[in-house]
Amino acid sequence: MKQSVFTVLENRSLAASVFRMRLRGCTEEIRQPGQFVNLSLPGFFLRRPISVCDMEDDVLTLIYKTVGHGTEYLSALSPGSTLDVLTGLGNGYDLSRAGARPLLLGGGVGVPPLFLLARRLLARGADVHAVLGFNSAADVFYEAEFRALGCTVTVTTADGSRGIHGFVTDALPQDRTFFYACGPEPMLKSVCSRTEIPGQLSLERRMGCGFGACMGCSCRTVSGFKRICREGPVLDKEEIQWEG
Amino acid sequence: MGRLNVNLCGIPLDNPVIPASGTFGYGYEFAELYDINILGTFSFKGTTREPRFGNPTPRIAECPSGMLNSVGLQNPGVEKVISEELPRLKQVFRKPVMANVSGFSVEDYAYTCALLDREPQVGWLEVNISCPNVHGGGMSFGTDPASAAEVVRAVKRVTAKPVLIKLSPNVTDIAAIARACEEAGADGISLINTLLGMRIDLRSRRPVLANTVGGLSGPAVFPVALRMVWQVSQAVHIPVVGMGGVRTAEDVIEMMLAGASAVEVGAENLVNPLACRDIIRSLPEVMDRYGIASLDEIIGGV
Repeated sequence: MKQSVFTVLENRSLAASVFRMRLRGCTEEIRQPGQFVNLSLPGFFLRRPISVCDMEDDVLTLIYKTVGHGTEYLSALSPGSTLDVLTGLGNGYDLSRAGARPLLLGGGVGVPPLFLLARRLLARGADVHAVLGFNSAADVFYEAEFRALGCTVTVTTADGSRGIHGFVTDALPQDRTFFYACGPEPMLKSVCSRTEIPGQLSLERRMGCGFGACMGCSCRTVSGFKRICREGPVLDKEEIQWEG
Repeated sequence: MGRLNVNLCGIPLDNPVIPASGTFGYGYEFAELYDINILGTFSFKGTTREPRFGNPTPRIAECPSGMLNSVGLQNPGVEKVISEELPRLKQVFRKPVMANVSGFSVEDYAYTCALLDREPQVGWLEVNISCPNVHGGGMSFGTDPASAAEVVRAVKRVTAKPVLIKLSPNVTDIAAIARACEEAGADGISLINTLLGMRIDLRSRRPVLANTVGGLSGPAVFPVALRMVWQVSQAVHIPVVGMGGVRTAEDVIEMMLAGASAVEVGAENLVNPLACRDIIRSLPEVMDRYGIASLDEIIGGV
């Protein structure tokens, strides 16, 4: 974990309510795809945790959805603005378990953390298939970017306005060695029940601190209580105990 | 004696700055960022007799200048705290630590305190009496002077370490409860715990917290906390540890002027993990600005 100041390089709309922000700063603490950063926003008491979408040298890419006053404030920041950022948070995806043909499953703003993961997996010579699910054509982002990396890409939309009509679980390819998923909890539950292969999932909980001090985001697992911000957000499919 | 030195119930502190229980875990996360031995001490995560997951999530909500939490005392239970957390803590923190204890019956408090009393790393016991009394109809021990005194007597019987009683602000007359604790033998009072609050999500029309209500902390509560620290320090002769919304060196000095012998910093650690380090660093300069030679002199000086 590191606290430092980042400068906004770019902040633009990608799809309905979805923005991409590029920032320059010290990224040395970010070690794995699937980790997140925690942004301090003036006028808001709690930080905003956002998953790392991509990182190259000292440039960090974040993709976020405006869901409230904090993210709306974030979306209005201009290039040159500075942000106090905690980096290197959370436990990311384990690339060593991917096998030869990993499957990436992303739903909505669950798609961004899979991008750096895809890049790292491809660099290791894996054959990566990404299934990206959205509500409708207006919500789709990063389809071309995943393709440009060298992934096989399938897009699904809930209303059928683009790609396959349905959810990511309606487009699960066969013969994959391991899956990595990030998205809304109903999607993750469904992925777990409809896949035979092992996998890892990135979970989301409302956080207090984002670095393990407040116990706000804990969940129960078969191996005891875990903090989504510290032992997570990435957990193994086998250890998750779904609530409700 | 240095300018920042104070004494808390007979144990000297290098400075009065103490991260509050529940906002500092067992210190390890913060030890990644700075040497936590610069702290006066810290109060570790509230410990109960049995392990607890706490309340369902979501258990955090944002508020103007603060936050609500309904974590509900998640902790591994006193036995694991002693066998696993304290040995790990020893590697990063060399000073006496404050052990924060909660319970749901008088016997729970006594059991947990008796075990922690044997630990040489523990300097003080900070007994949180804001929990519901499961044997007394669920009313919090801290809202009734007689039950508060009962906890104090039970704990004092099992320990020789200084016992601080951490009071809830959700009462009509906090000074009366503080006096009852003093008469029962408490060595000090710490206050305030969080103020009960609530938020509703307009989209779902449901409470934001799964537990419906939670405790408010952060800068929003500072004036309320300061007032209560002042009231309690007028009412008792034992040391008072002030907390509630403390964010800066100026806030520490304000709390001490109101009567605090030491000051805990809570929610601020969660949003600025370097908060306590920054406060300790800036204290000498802020003291100079207000003509304060040593902190020990200003306690209760309002």
